[in-house]
Amino acid sequence: MRARLLWVLVLALLAAGCAGDADPDGPITLRFQSLAWQEESVQVNKELVAEWNATHPDVKVEYVQGSWDSVHDQLLTSFEGGEAPDIIHDASDDLADFAYGGYLADLSGLLPERLTKDIPPHSWETTTFGDGVYGVPFLQEPRVLIANADRLDEAGVRIPTPEHPWTWREFREVTDRLSGDGRYGVAWPLKEPVSVSLNLSLSAGGKLFHRGPDGKVTVRFEEGDAVMPRTVHDQVATDRSASPSTLGSGGSDTLPGFFGGRYAMVPLGFSYRQQIVQQAPEGFHWRVLPAPAGADGLTQGVSPQTLSIAEDSPHREEAAAFIDFLLRPRNMVRLALGDWMLPTGTEALKDPALHTTEHDWATGTALASRLRPAPAQSVRGYPEFKDKVATPAFQEYYSGAIGLAELRTRLERDGNLVLARYQR
Amino acid sequence: MRTSRTGRAGQYAALLAYLVFLAFPFLWLVSTAFKPPRELARLHPTWIPEDPTLANFRQAFDEQPLLDAALNSLAAALGTAVIAVLLATPMAYVMARRRTRLARAATGWVVVSQAFPLVLVIIPLFLVLKNLRLIDSMTGLVMVYVVWALPFALWMLVGYVRAVPRELEEAAAVDGAGRLRTLVSVTAPLLAPGLVATALFAFVTAWNEFFFALVLLKTPEKQTLPVVLTHFIGAEGVADLGPLAAAAFLATLPSLVVFALIQRRITGGMLTGAVKS
Repeated sequence: MRARLLWVLVLALLAAGCAGDADPDGPITLRFQSLAWQEESVQVNKELVAEWNATHPDVKVEYVQGSWDSVHDQLLTSFEGGEAPDIIHDASDDLADFAYGGYLADLSGLLPERLTKDIPPHSWETTTFGDGVYGVPFLQEPRVLIANADRLDEAGVRIPTPEHPWTWREFREVTDRLSGDGRYGVAWPLKEPVSVSLNLSLSAGGKLFHRGPDGKVTVRFEEGDAVMPRTVHDQVATDRSASPSTLGSGGSDTLPGFFGGRYAMVPLGFSYRQQIVQQAPEGFHWRVLPAPAGADGLTQGVSPQTLSIAEDSPHREEAAAFIDFLLRPRNMVRLALGDWMLPTGTEALKDPALHTTEHDWATGTALASRLRPAPAQSVRGYPEFKDKVATPAFQEYYSGAIGLAELRTRLERDGNLVLARYQR
Repeated sequence: MRTSRTGRAGQYAALLAYLVFLAFPFLWLVSTAFKPPRELARLHPTWIPEDPTLANFRQAFDEQPLLDAALNSLAAALGTAVIAVLLATPMAYVMARRRTRLARAATGWVVVSQAFPLVLVIIPLFLVLKNLRLIDSMTGLVMVYVVWALPFALWMLVGYVRAVPRELEEAAAVDGAGRLRTLVSVTAPLLAPGLVATALFAFVTAWNEFFFALVLLKTPEKQTLPVVLTHFIGAEGVADLGPLAAAAFLATLPSLVVFALIQRRITGGMLTGAVKS
């Protein structure tokens, strides 16, 4: 009797957790997992979902809040379990494993021509893996110099513009002039030194990863790759014009020192302006400057935010239609303003709201055409290369513990060993 | 053995330093939660907010469904604590009283199972729960939490059971009590501090757990507090620090309250005097 009662209890417990099936005659429901996190951005995403739902009674979109902090693990588990959201917000540098793993739908042929043409080919490159396109790149941000305007004016240095930026040499001279009395010309937040170094090295023609005719990638640290790292190294170790203490910090960690006048400039992502607007003390004047330019001008690497569709989604066409709606030029502008980033769409980029001088939107927008896929974007084995080889090597080089020759040796010798394992 | 005055002062100093060390993160969290954005980014921060504000709390509640998330966490934590204790008590009794090879092997397995990393079990677990249609369900989450908390709960309780003198049970047997009656009427009351400590452990484990909740719960209305807290963190670790601190401060309160309420029962030494030596 007791045993039977126990079984009834167990079955009741299981039944309580069983969700009911969707009504086959009801509207289609798509789950859209968004990683929006800033107040305005979340609001815009929810508004757009509501607008879609109001005009599409047969295809209902459910907004699901995800988190940048844990998206990879969460998605991987969902994919394996066949429970992934239909529409997935992520970043292009996180897509390679999912695309090659067959978890994401190839969007070729699913998206309307309007959207395909609106986004430039170099942005599509960030989400193209093999022969397929596995995400729509829609938001991106350049790395810029956020500068203390008063310090720059006091020092009388030339103010760079997107048309006439500083060279890396000039940048080093300027930071030298801005230093002294316990203050630094620049603070490099290099907690994640590899992506910053690789992305900014594109300006000097650095590629680091070279793909051969056989499709295999090898690491070669050439002169163009050395320009940006050498500048940072010399600013820290030779000129003392860059703070050594921020090398292990994240971008937000440098802001108190920036507001306190300790650093004249901080290289940060364009979207950090929101934090600066919120946190800067009253009377603090700041401006956005383009990152230094090398032989290839202002070119730099980016990993745009993306929207993808799960391979297992039974409603891919409806999901593609929702993405098309979400990324119409006006909506793309709303999303960009909410995230303080730049849209990838050429029509959206023309919007006057992105060309205002307020918060230096215009400076960032002027850089949009120079943004290219991050060099490591499609290199298989890059995460291991980054963690085991490149991160410690760059950290030691920037801190002055090793020289450029040792940095080159480690990246090439150890790096190629790692990549070779992924390309057999 | 008597401790010299200097030695005692040293002990107190060490204790004070340890308490400060333990309290620092929490006090800093409280301080941050009440600071306006401009004070958060000062080069020389202050302990006491100069212009204290509740704006971070308002923003946190406006942006995320904190109250619903807290209720979900509470349901998961209470369910886990109750079920874990109910299951662990008889199991621990057997393992403590029966010194067989099987009991020793079970104890060893319990200890080893604590070393499994989450990522090792999450995908098979996800598939099992999916087949049981328990994904996105509080029942499924509680089941996982119970399974996850049970080994350590068991290990804790075994120690408490062993601390209960056998002579008391033997005396009860002499008086005619059966095994179940002995467990319920004699052993369980003496185990009260251990049961409370075990329940507390299970509660806190479930209350703080993040990864299983992240993976298993899909519907926004069902998400627990640790999952919702991550929504204040953006790409590259950028955080909306004020609202995050406010929400995290609220998230720590239930654990603190539970600890404050029952700490005496944990440390009260209820076994003192149970047996005359």
